[in-house]
Amino acid sequence: MNTTYHLNYLEQLEAESIHIFREVAAQFEKPALLFSGGKDSICLVHLAQKAFAPGKIPFPLVHIDTGHNFPEALDFRDAMAASIGATLVVRKVEDTIKQRSLTEPRGKFPSRNWLQTYTLLDTIEEFGFDCCIGGARRDEEKARAKERIFSVRDEFGQWNPKLQRPELWNTYNGKIHKGENVRVFPISNWTELDIWNYIRHEKIDLPSIYFAHERKVIEHEGQLVAISEFVHPDEQDVVMTKRVRYRTVGDMTCTAAVESTADTLDEVINEIISTRISERGETRIDDKVTEAAMEDRKKNGYF
Amino acid sequence: MDLLRFITAGSVDDGKSTLIGRLLYDSKNILIDQLEALEKSTKNRTDGSVDLALLTDGLRAEREQGITIDVAYRYFTTPKRKFIIADAPGHVQYTRNMITGASNASLIIILVDARQGVVEQTRRHSIIASLLRIKHVVVAVNKMDLVDFSQDVYNNIVIDYNEVAAQLGLKNITYIPMSALDGDNIVDASTRMPWYTGKPLLEFLEDVVLDEDVNLTDARFQVQFVIRPQTEELHDYRGYAGRIISGIYKKGEKVTVLPQGIETTISSVEIAGKEVEEAFAPQSAVLQLADDIDISRGDTIVKSTNLPKVSNELEVLLCWLDDKPLMTGNKYLLQHNSRQVRAMIRQVEYKIDVNTLQQQPVEGQVKLNEVVKATIKTAAPMVYDPYDQLSEYGSAILIDETSNSTVAAVLIKS
Repeated sequence: MNTTYHLNYLEQLEAESIHIFREVAAQFEKPALLFSGGKDSICLVHLAQKAFAPGKIPFPLVHIDTGHNFPEALDFRDAMAASIGATLVVRKVEDTIKQRSLTEPRGKFPSRNWLQTYTLLDTIEEFGFDCCIGGARRDEEKARAKERIFSVRDEFGQWNPKLQRPELWNTYNGKIHKGENVRVFPISNWTELDIWNYIRHEKIDLPSIYFAHERKVIEHEGQLVAISEFVHPDEQDVVMTKRVRYRTVGDMTCTAAVESTADTLDEVINEIISTRISERGETRIDDKVTEAAMEDRKKNGYF
Repeated sequence: MDLLRFITAGSVDDGKSTLIGRLLYDSKNILIDQLEALEKSTKNRTDGSVDLALLTDGLRAEREQGITIDVAYRYFTTPKRKFIIADAPGHVQYTRNMITGASNASLIIILVDARQGVVEQTRRHSIIASLLRIKHVVVAVNKMDLVDFSQDVYNNIVIDYNEVAAQLGLKNITYIPMSALDGDNIVDASTRMPWYTGKPLLEFLEDVVLDEDVNLTDARFQVQFVIRPQTEELHDYRGYAGRIISGIYKKGEKVTVLPQGIETTISSVEIAGKEVEEAFAPQSAVLQLADDIDISRGDTIVKSTNLPKVSNELEVLLCWLDDKPLMTGNKYLLQHNSRQVRAMIRQVEYKIDVNTLQQQPVEGQVKLNEVVKATIKTAAPMVYDPYDQLSEYGSAILIDETSNSTVAAVLIKS
């Protein structure tokens, strides 16, 4: 093996993602990076920094805040944006609900996941963003496996799986008509484990909720959901204190925790390697509803 | 650990989805909840077995119609390698999908049904593999369980395919007899075919040598983006960001900027903001140059001793990917990596029959899934290498400026 001129798989993935970031910066007039303070979007920001160094990231970070976020992730979001000198735009689903008199979801786990599409589309219009960079990965879910790296959306933000542009070689066609928008996914080809290995290799900081900590939880259909002001336990629910960590960071109402004692990156990675349940299956309450839940949401303008 | 991207090619009933499902399943890359979802969707099957093919059917529209739209990407990892599978369906739109999936693949698995042997589909898949110069070919002789694991049947298929391969100039061919349904020769060696002494499929995929596929001789770098921080401490900084397409770039080397044809020297090579002595394909890097030259996105920086071609008349093969037929005389945008120029298709010389590789006269329009030889004139000079010499710098796409669709894959012949 040629050891001098050899890239390992993480270096190859990194080179590809950097290439995609630079295409975005060159092809679009007003791109934005969707940044939630979760591990995938933290990696995106890290890759974007590498792509444009020694310059700054030439587009703003945008967070669509559902109001149900983990405070640890929000603090991390603000600190990271400040430390790299990036512009951070935050738009709240709360405000969209008021402005558009949308109906607030009810129930035990009131998920605003579906509503954030409205806020996202309003934000795109407000700033005139022609491209939104997201941290979706193709290994997450069946519908994602079919999506392009440059995914063209119509003026309603909708994805049409039957009308995708062929994506050949490393050539990305980002040409759009006015009003259309492109979602770009630079880490499409990364898996969950690749992300964790990259975080370890690059020594990237993460919000504390990714590591084992004590939390009050209830059990719901085999999943552990943290008690918070947004989650309303019934009388039958037994509130327990468990040592848990999160594999993904979404809304507190639709993200489940996993029992864990892993408080270092090495331990987290070991747990992921030995776990036999996929990331979305273990931690996303909303994907279980129908088998085609993600397909439906994407068609409606979700990432 | 490195990375292998491959494509699987097969027609509707030769067990392609089962093969992929089997690879994911036996290499323990399918997880419990995915398996549960799968069992839920196969509950109605009478024999109670799990249909591995369903693992690869993504969208509800596809499940309902029992078809596969488009190319899907699958991922799996073994301790030796990370794998990315481009799964292209084998029905009507097949040429378009296969070319799309194959464009990034360094290996192709061509499935042959042991009962059918080498058929028209096999030939068609092989022709596309040869047009795109895919570097490694695996002929998976599948459904061996249905021919009693007969060595004679297998040997005859090898003889037949060798003939096809010789006609097409395909190299690096590996034959593996298997049963994807039962798992023979997928992850573990089959006990039912002791006469086969080669590696099972997964072991082969883990071991195939990939490093030699990267061209480190002909240095090609195209500017994607110009980095100009314009801050106080980086006031005069001007870095050319791009991906090294092939070759190696070192500080102090004499380079030529094309198509301008201006010579200068590399003053620094950087990766992710850190200065390095050299950078190589396929790294994303930033080059700084000693002289102040007007350089913008799409310009090429090469070593002065090894120059690519520069021309605004190109001989190309076009694989037409759009429902709207090709219009001779219409203007299109030609996108070659990051460089976009206006282009006109001057003349379509002949059509290539993708079943026989024979040249045929073009009657009427060039339609979806057809491959033609054509001449293109560009509004500005193109900097490129012939596809057959350096595929990474001899490939491009055509964009319809009115619909913005990607309408053709372009292989530059000369």
